[in-house]
Amino acid sequence: MRKRQFKRNLVAYSFIAPNFLGFAIFTLGPIILALVMAFAEWDGNNPMKFVGIGNFIELFKEDRFTSSLVNTIVYSLFTVPFTLIIALGLAILLNQKIKGRNFFRTVIFFPYVASLVAVAAVWNMLFTPAKGGIMNQLLMNVFHAQPLKWAASSGTVMLTIIMFSVWKNMGYYMVIYLAGLQGISEDLYEAASLDGAGAWKQFVHITIPQLKPTTFFVSIMLTINCFKVYDIVYMLAGGSNGVVGKSAMVLVYYIYEEAFRNWKLGKASAAALVLFAIVLAITIIQFRGEKNYAND
Amino acid sequence: MESKKTNRIIKNGLVYAILIFLALMMLVPFAWMISASLKFNKDVFVIPFQWIPTEPRWKNYVDIWTKIPLSKFTLNTVKLTLIVTCLQLFTSSFAAYAFAKLQFKGRNILFLAYIATIAVPWQVYMVPQFMFMRKLGLADTHLAIIILQAFSAFGVFLMRQFYEGISDSLCEAARIDGMTEYGIYLKIMLPLSKPAISTLIIFTFVNTWNDFLGPLIYLTTESKKTLQIGLKMFISQYSAEYGLIMAASVLSLIPVLVVFLSLQKYFVAGITAGSVKG
Repeated sequence: MRKRQFKRNLVAYSFIAPNFLGFAIFTLGPIILALVMAFAEWDGNNPMKFVGIGNFIELFKEDRFTSSLVNTIVYSLFTVPFTLIIALGLAILLNQKIKGRNFFRTVIFFPYVASLVAVAAVWNMLFTPAKGGIMNQLLMNVFHAQPLKWAASSGTVMLTIIMFSVWKNMGYYMVIYLAGLQGISEDLYEAASLDGAGAWKQFVHITIPQLKPTTFFVSIMLTINCFKVYDIVYMLAGGSNGVVGKSAMVLVYYIYEEAFRNWKLGKASAAALVLFAIVLAITIIQFRGEKNYAND
Repeated sequence: MESKKTNRIIKNGLVYAILIFLALMMLVPFAWMISASLKFNKDVFVIPFQWIPTEPRWKNYVDIWTKIPLSKFTLNTVKLTLIVTCLQLFTSSFAAYAFAKLQFKGRNILFLAYIATIAVPWQVYMVPQFMFMRKLGLADTHLAIIILQAFSAFGVFLMRQFYEGISDSLCEAARIDGMTEYGIYLKIMLPLSKPAISTLIIFTFVNTWNDFLGPLIYLTTESKKTLQIGLKMFISQYSAEYGLIMAASVLSLIPVLVVFLSLQKYFVAGITAGSVKG
């Protein structure tokens, strides 16, 4: 009997091994190493020197790091609500039985899968600081406003990045909302319209409360993804050599630069740990929230 | 009665107006991209903007292949995407079978290890991971990119969730008939899990095809670069070659567009599966 159990274990391990070995060596290992490196000084060649919380003290004294933290928070504060509201609105419109529904869904979703480099290249041309750019033309001719420098000016660079991010990702969250809407029972709406509730009342008293778990999930996902932002900033604000100025510096960019340009690996890992702490806090909020919804 | 009908017409009109406006917002950059890809550089920013060039310059699409090693970049990306997708599919469906259908010692702890790392963004451990790979001599190799992408916890989750939905009695019956676990996996589970496999394929494909930060950190030799960072390099070097940049961008989008349009259903299924699980 014992031998049979032993054999069954072996068979199961053989199924898991190919994935788990790769996962343990190249994901689990580095995660543990990240925890160690954050408390050490290391340039990658000389031996590691343990410095306690020295890296963290240095980080918070540094202007570049604190502005990267502030920029990331500002980016999240604007990107999350705008993406969420537009995605919800779109989902509601596209959940109705209207002609061309699939066409609209596909079109709105496509930017999400389109490769960033190509799409960002167009954006840089549409939002060129020159007057000939389509966006500046629009500003001048339709809104009779001054042309903007967009990503080329420290005042508008975050605005440009946020607009791009909302544009590129809203289709993804729309799909999640669509799934949420399809989970709401038709009976609720039927009962409400029998009671004489209009479309607006139905929206406020049925759709919004019923979508609460979805909204919660979407806002958590969005916030975490905002804190991981890197490539958008690199592509839009990075100029030709990919160097991002202080006005658009985000957390992951700081980590990248500190590690792979300055080779201060300990400090980079400390910054990464700050990122992790933030993401972990958001995840814990999510777990708690999910428990609440499960109890409802 | 009459007023109700006009109300509905107004409402529908409004809905379409909003949708068409948003659809235009999504499509205009792509239309602009195609239009500019068929122009001389000097004509790209001419006002008023000409959506359909009078003399389309198809030569941009020829020149781009000689201006940069675009075919090499494409080949690298295709190679990496294919290998990663296959590996990901094999290793994660294999592991997911054990997690979903087999009883064994340490199952919960091993699975917990996967769950725990889902909460850790790659950006948190990309630096030590790179140092580790460098130590193994894998910096600036395609193998590093493959390893980076091939063992994601996401695949194991997705497949496991699907397998859990398949009745256990099916496996039991096969076991009684004397089928080995490998046989059950290969002959029963795999054929049944086509929807989950398609979802995993399209996700892995799009992720690998579009991956940017990984190749940016790891690949330094030009001939090893992928389409994405190759394209970025080209944009940096020839920032005024608008027509060529746009032609290359259009080309880089085509494979994703084709895969997306033909497998869209599974893509949506994958996103939804992730959100329900939470």
